[in-house]
Amino acid sequence: MGEAVHQLTHLRAAPLVTVAVFLLPVVAGLAGTLLPAFGYLPAIGGLELSLAPWRDLVATPGFATSLAITLLTGIVTPMVAAAIAFCFCAWAHGRPWMRRASAAVTPILATPHSAVAIGLAFVVAPSGWIVRLLSPWATGFDVPPEVATVGDPRGVALIVALLVKEVPYLVLMIVGALAQVRVDAHMAIARSLGYSRASAWMKAIAPQVYRQVRLPIFAVVAFSLSVVDVALVVGPSNPPTLAVLAMRGFTDADVARYFPASAAAVLLFLLVMAVIAAWVTCERVARVLGRRWIAAGARNGASGPVAAAGSLAFAALALLAASSILSMALWSVASQWRFPDALPSAWDVAQWSRRMSALAAPFWTTLATGVVSTLVALVLVVACLENEARMRRRAGTGVLWLLYVPLLVPQIAFLFGAQVLLVRAGLDGTLAAVVWAHLVFVLPYLFLSLCDPWRALDPRYARSAASLGASPLRVLVAVKIPLLSRPLLVACAVAFAVSVAQYLPTVFAGNGLVATLTTEAVTLASGADRRVVGAYATLQALLPMAGFAVAVAWGRGTR
Amino acid sequence: MTPLVLEGVRITLAGHALVDALSLTVAPGQCVTLMGPSGCGKSTLLAYIAGTLDAAFAASGSVRIGERDLVQVPPEQRRLGILFQDDLLFPHMSVGGNLAFALASHVRSREARAARVDAALAEAGLAGFAARDPATLSGGQRARVALMRTLLSEPAALLLDEPFNKLDAALRGEFRSFVYAHAAERGLPMLLVTHDADDAPPRGRVIALGTG
Repeated sequence: MGEAVHQLTHLRAAPLVTVAVFLLPVVAGLAGTLLPAFGYLPAIGGLELSLAPWRDLVATPGFATSLAITLLTGIVTPMVAAAIAFCFCAWAHGRPWMRRASAAVTPILATPHSAVAIGLAFVVAPSGWIVRLLSPWATGFDVPPEVATVGDPRGVALIVALLVKEVPYLVLMIVGALAQVRVDAHMAIARSLGYSRASAWMKAIAPQVYRQVRLPIFAVVAFSLSVVDVALVVGPSNPPTLAVLAMRGFTDADVARYFPASAAAVLLFLLVMAVIAAWVTCERVARVLGRRWIAAGARNGASGPVAAAGSLAFAALALLAASSILSMALWSVASQWRFPDALPSAWDVAQWSRRMSALAAPFWTTLATGVVSTLVALVLVVACLENEARMRRRAGTGVLWLLYVPLLVPQIAFLFGAQVLLVRAGLDGTLAAVVWAHLVFVLPYLFLSLCDPWRALDPRYARSAASLGASPLRVLVAVKIPLLSRPLLVACAVAFAVSVAQYLPTVFAGNGLVATLTTEAVTLASGADRRVVGAYATLQALLPMAGFAVAVAWGRGTR
Repeated sequence: MTPLVLEGVRITLAGHALVDALSLTVAPGQCVTLMGPSGCGKSTLLAYIAGTLDAAFAASGSVRIGERDLVQVPPEQRRLGILFQDDLLFPHMSVGGNLAFALASHVRSREARAARVDAALAEAGLAGFAARDPATLSGGQRARVALMRTLLSEPAALLLDEPFNKLDAALRGEFRSFVYAHAAERGLPMLLVTHDADDAPPRGRVIALGTG
């Protein structure tokens, strides 16, 4: 009895510990960036509050352009991504293969953003795969054309690279949200009232689903505005996006550049807030217009063709993603791939073994960081969910917003501040610091993917086990965990993939000393031999996919 | 109005026949009741008629409204109104919004549409309910809105999938007569599936399903 009480008090601390683990770095880090943005950072001689960092920032050459491309990317990407995702779901609803759609997008979701960007650069560059496939027979090019299709000054390549990842993410979120709605019955009613498939879905289902994918859409807004790794690979470089501008300042040899960089990071945070606020205002307008649109009763308006067009865009993005992943794998085994050959003219698979010594260290660091952060997050999340079940109290929507905090605050806005604190604590550059920084993102994703199946488990299993005399711990270990083994494994695979993909947290918490596959690939992406970059990016993409494969295989073995 | 005709309808699931060689004609304004225990394929038959049958089933046989064959027609062009045991009012629309959604689009102007919606509400004894959230209505009120919604779409026939099931005894009889009166007045053929013999209208034809 005494032991059971002891267990319970430990468990009660779980939510608090969990929130502290992933929110403390964000809050403390934000403060640690805010102060230097106003000139205060004693370690490098900033002792007085002033607006000088902001004046420096505004005076940075190309600042206005940076601001404009940042806003363009941050507004266009979520709008287009949401439109395509909703169109695809409307068009695909009820088609037999749709049941497998979520499995089909898993490889794209598993692949880190930066790896997709690297692959995409291989595909769409003037010397990339698309031009090679069309040359010289269609284009007449014997040498790559001199146009900027990657790193173009307006950031079109950046938007496309983001869409390749964000559209499947939103589709998965919509498919998940559909489970909460009486889709089939409402679709049957709407169609019996004379609405075509796409019109019925857009008017009867989409508004119900939208509320549940709002937070993921806001996460896409924040990510698109503030992403660094993808922008480093395919974004414009001169002037770059605001996030890259801040990143350059934070990594400048001249420490005085930390001040305007902090101001840029804070500005980015404010931009995220402003764009989300504008989005919420647009939602209000859309609600009024949407009601009128629905009440007008048009049975077969533009919805059908629009949904089909969106689905076509989705197919194009999926094709881009697949060819991106394939092209980096091809480069990693090519010995000679001259322009405009469609395929390498000579192969060299053995270069993998020659690169092994260079790849080994970042590979093991990536694996270790991923496994440790996943396990720590798993223990915390299971403790929280178990506590929730025992207290018979479910976390409200406020908690959902808390979980999304790390996904809504730009990474660059708190990671510098967090690094300053780590330096002061003498923890910077350690693997432990990197694991913690990863936990900030691994925890919310693990929680979000595990909470629904965990809460959906029939409580009578646990109750009947308890009535047979099993202790709460035994119920957890012998009943709940085995019953939930599949969602547990999938949640771990998601968490592991999130860890593998982290670029900025690794760079800042690791103080540049901890190299993972992702940091190496991004660093090499600008300029290094495509065969070398291909090897890093391939491994970077393979590792999370292997995680999912292990989860699926293991999950099959448990039943 | 024209009759609803089924001819030689057969539905199988994994080789097992749920419905076999079913032929019947429902005259305008008349109700035919298909009785049977749950799982006998009643709702499956209605899904086949409505065109929303799950791909797991194999089905054949003709479904017609008068001379119009429906089998190859997509569900939205069949003009078959359906009532399920849940009212299935759309939670994101007001009561009036649900009705306006159903109202045929040949009623163009916003004023004319609003007038038609108000008239339908008055007919259901719910005048002034247009702006209400469906969640604030009682079960009986919601059921009546669901029927008015179906009728506003100007269907050629009515499919009733145990629509009285979830109502309590007092409301049940009242809503039954409400449905039959409105459908008969419009001359709609009605096909009802139920497992409760009391649901069938007086003097209506009753066919037992799934007994063999």
